Amino acid sequence: MQYDHILIRYGEIALKGKNRKKFIGKLQENIRHKLKEFPDVSVKRTQGRMFVLLNGHDPHAIINKVKNIFGIHSISLAIKIPNELEEIKQAALFALENGENVKTFKVSVKRINKVFPVRSQDLNQVLGGHLLSNTEGYIVDVHHPDLEIKVEIRNEATYITSSVIRGAGGLPVGTSGKSLLLLSGGIDSPVAGYLAMKRGVEIEAIHFESPPFTSERAKQKVLDLAEKLTSYGAKINIHIVPFTKLQQRIFQETPDGYGMTVMRRMMLRISERVCQKEGILSLATGENLGQVASQTMHSMNAINEVTNYPIIRPLITMDKDEIIEISKQIDTYDISIRPYEDCCTIFVPKAPKTKPKRDRVNYFESKFDYEELIEEAVQGIEVVQVSDEKQVEDAFSDLL
Amino acid sequence: MIYLDNSATTKPHPDVLASFQQVSDKFFANPSSIHQLGGQTEKLLLKAKQQAAELLKVKEEEVIFTSGGTEGNNIAIKGIALEHQNRGKHIITTEIEHPSVYEACESLKQLGFDITFLPVNQDGVVSVEDVRNAIRKDTILISVMHINNEIGSIQPIQEIGEIAKAHPKIFFHVDYVQGLGKIPLQLNNSGIDLCTMSGHKIHGLKGTGILYIKSGTKLFPLFHGGEQERKIRSGTENVAGVVAMVKALRIIKKRELDEINHVHSLNKYLRDNLSDFPLVEINSPSNNAPHIMNFSLPGIKPEVMIHMLGEEGIYISTKSACSSKLADESRIIAACGFSKERATSALRVSLSYDNTIEEIDVFLDKLRKGIDQLKEIL
Repeated sequence: MQYDHILIRYGEIALKGKNRKKFIGKLQENIRHKLKEFPDVSVKRTQGRMFVLLNGHDPHAIINKVKNIFGIHSISLAIKIPNELEEIKQAALFALENGENVKTFKVSVKRINKVFPVRSQDLNQVLGGHLLSNTEGYIVDVHHPDLEIKVEIRNEATYITSSVIRGAGGLPVGTSGKSLLLLSGGIDSPVAGYLAMKRGVEIEAIHFESPPFTSERAKQKVLDLAEKLTSYGAKINIHIVPFTKLQQRIFQETPDGYGMTVMRRMMLRISERVCQKEGILSLATGENLGQVASQTMHSMNAINEVTNYPIIRPLITMDKDEIIEISKQIDTYDISIRPYEDCCTIFVPKAPKTKPKRDRVNYFESKFDYEELIEEAVQGIEVVQVSDEKQVEDAFSDLL
Repeated sequence: MIYLDNSATTKPHPDVLASFQQVSDKFFANPSSIHQLGGQTEKLLLKAKQQAAELLKVKEEEVIFTSGGTEGNNIAIKGIALEHQNRGKHIITTEIEHPSVYEACESLKQLGFDITFLPVNQDGVVSVEDVRNAIRKDTILISVMHINNEIGSIQPIQEIGEIAKAHPKIFFHVDYVQGLGKIPLQLNNSGIDLCTMSGHKIHGLKGTGILYIKSGTKLFPLFHGGEQERKIRSGTENVAGVVAMVKALRIIKKRELDEINHVHSLNKYLRDNLSDFPLVEINSPSNNAPHIMNFSLPGIKPEVMIHMLGEEGIYISTKSACSSKLADESRIIAACGFSKERATSALRVSLSYDNTIEEIDVFLDKLRKGIDQLKEIL
C-alpha cells in the first residue's frame, strides 16, 4: 500500500470573495511550478480543495516542497481506495502504522455514499477495533488524538487521510504585486523579504556594492540569500548597484554625523528609479525600530522624505531574537553571518546622528550636485537572476 | 586481479580521481583566504556540502567533513563525553564495534567513564531490550554500529533510535561506515544524533569522511584552531578530497538504488556454494548485509589461505583490516559465541557493485583447491 495523493487545504484565500478564483489559480500555478522536477505529478482542483496526485513519486520529497508554498493552511497524505470494507480496513491500518510519533488515535468516518452498507458510527467502531487488534501499543483517544484517521466514503471511492501537516500560511506569492527588497546581506533583510512574500508579494531585490571596499564574496552572499528566498516563490532578479563613487563622494561632502543619513537617502532614490523602470509598486526593507542609528524614528523620518513609494517594513516592531529565530527557520541565518563587509558597514561614521533633521540633511545635500553620480549608478546596474530550479555552476557541475 | 576486500577499502572510481585531480589543480587555494581564488574554492566547498546534505536528506549545517571513519567516531564519542560529562559518565555500546568506537570508549574509562559493552546473539545482533535495560540515570550516549564490518550483521538502528527519542537527553551515535551506499539509513527524525561515514569505503579517497551531527547537538571539539567546519573540526579543509567524496557519494547512492540486487545475488551465490564446501563454516547470518560474507576454515591458519589466494591475484581478508595485524582471535566472532577455533580461522569476502559472478566462480574454484591442498596437511 502507498499514499497516492496529497490533500491541500487553503488558508486565508478560502475567505476571499469574488477574487477567490484568481488566488486559487495562482496557488495552483505556484504548486505546479514547485513540483516541476517530479514529471508524473499532477495538481488538480475540486470543490474547496486541491489534490496533488503522486503517480508513484515519493510523498515526502513532495511534501517538503509544498510545505514552503504560501497560501496553504495544511496538507495531508491520502489514499484513494474502492468502497470495499476490507480495503478500507487495510488502508486505515497503513495510515496508523505510518504515522510519526503516534501513541493515540481516533477514526472519523463520513459516509456520503449512503449505499455503503455500514453506517458511519458503526464503521468507526469496526475500524477502531480492527486497528487495535492488529497493532500493539496504540490507544484510542477521541478528544486529543495524536492522529486522526479520516475516512470519507464518497460515491466514486473512499478517501483516507491522516497526519495533518501545517502549511506555510499566508497568500500565494504573486497575488499582491511586486516589491523591491533592499537586500544588504545581514540577518534582517532576507527575513523581511520572506515575510513580505508570505503576504503574496513577489520580490525583486536591490543590492549596493562598493568594490574594492566590498568583495566578490559579499555579493555572492547576497545571491545565496536571494536563492534561499526563491524556495518560497520562484525566480528573483537582483539589481546590483555600483555604489563606490557615489558613496565616497557622500562621505567627502557631508559632515561625519550625517553621512549615513545621506547615504540611505541616496539608496532610496536609486531604488525608486529602479521601481519606476521595472513597474514595481513598493519598497521593502528589514528596518527595525531603534535597532541602529539609521533606524530611529528621527532617522526614518529624515530618510523617508526622498520617496513617496510605500515602504513595507515587516520587521519594524519585532525584537532581534524574534528575527533571528525566523532567519534560522528559513535557513538564511548561516549565510547572513558570513563575515564579509557590506556597503553599510564601511565608511561608518564614529558617531552617526541618531536624531538627524530634515532641514539639515537637505542643506548638506545641496552642497553638491549628486544627480550625475546617481544616474551613473543606475545606468551601471547589473541584473542577476537566481531561481529555485536546480543549477550547479558550470565550472563545478562536472566536479561534483 | 579479483578484488574482494571492499570492506577494507574500495578502488577509487575513475571520475572521482579525475575530480580530485582537477580540483587540486584549479581550486587549490585555502577556502579561508580572502582573495578571489579563496572565494571560489569556498564556494565549491559549499556546493559540495549542499550536495552531500541533499543526498543524505539532512540539513547543510548537519554535515561536517572529516578525515574518515576513525576520526568521525572519535569526534562523536569523545566530543559528546567531554561536553556532557557533568550530566553523567555512562556510555552504552556493543562488543562488536569497530576499534575506533571500542577503543575510544575504552580510553574514556581513564577519565572516569563507565562503559557498558552489550553482548550480541549468535547472528551478531544486539538486542533492543538489552539497550533499553542498560539505560541508567547517568547515561549520556548510546553508540551502536549499523553494519558490522567483520560479519555484516545489521543492527536494529531504527528501534534503538525510537528508544533514543524517548530519552531526549541521551545522544545516539551510529557508525554507518559499512552501510553507506549499501543499505539506506534514515538520519532525519530517526533519533540519531551523530552518524559516521567514510569516503574510501564508497570508492572515494582515503582521508575523507562525513560526520552527521543533528542540529542543536553540542560537542567538545578534539581539534582547535581555525574554526573550520563549525568549529567542530578545525584545520584547512581538504577541498579536493571532499569534492571527490561527494561525487563518489552521488554515484554510489544511484547504484544503491539500481544495482543492490546484483550484490544480493552475488552473496546468495557465494553462500549457496560455500555451504557445500568441506571445512567451511559460515559466520555471517543469513539476513546479512549483502556485501559481506564471513566464514571460518577451522584448523587452517587464515593468513595461509590469504597468501595462497593472493598468489592467484585474488584478494580477501581475515578480520577487519584495522585489527588484522593482531594475531589473536576475532573479538567479533568470539562475541557471537563461536568457538575459539572458529574465531581464529575466519576469512572475509567483501563485495562491491563491480564484482561479477565470473569473479566469484574463479574465487570459489581457487578456494576449493586451496582447502583440498591444506586439508592434506591437517
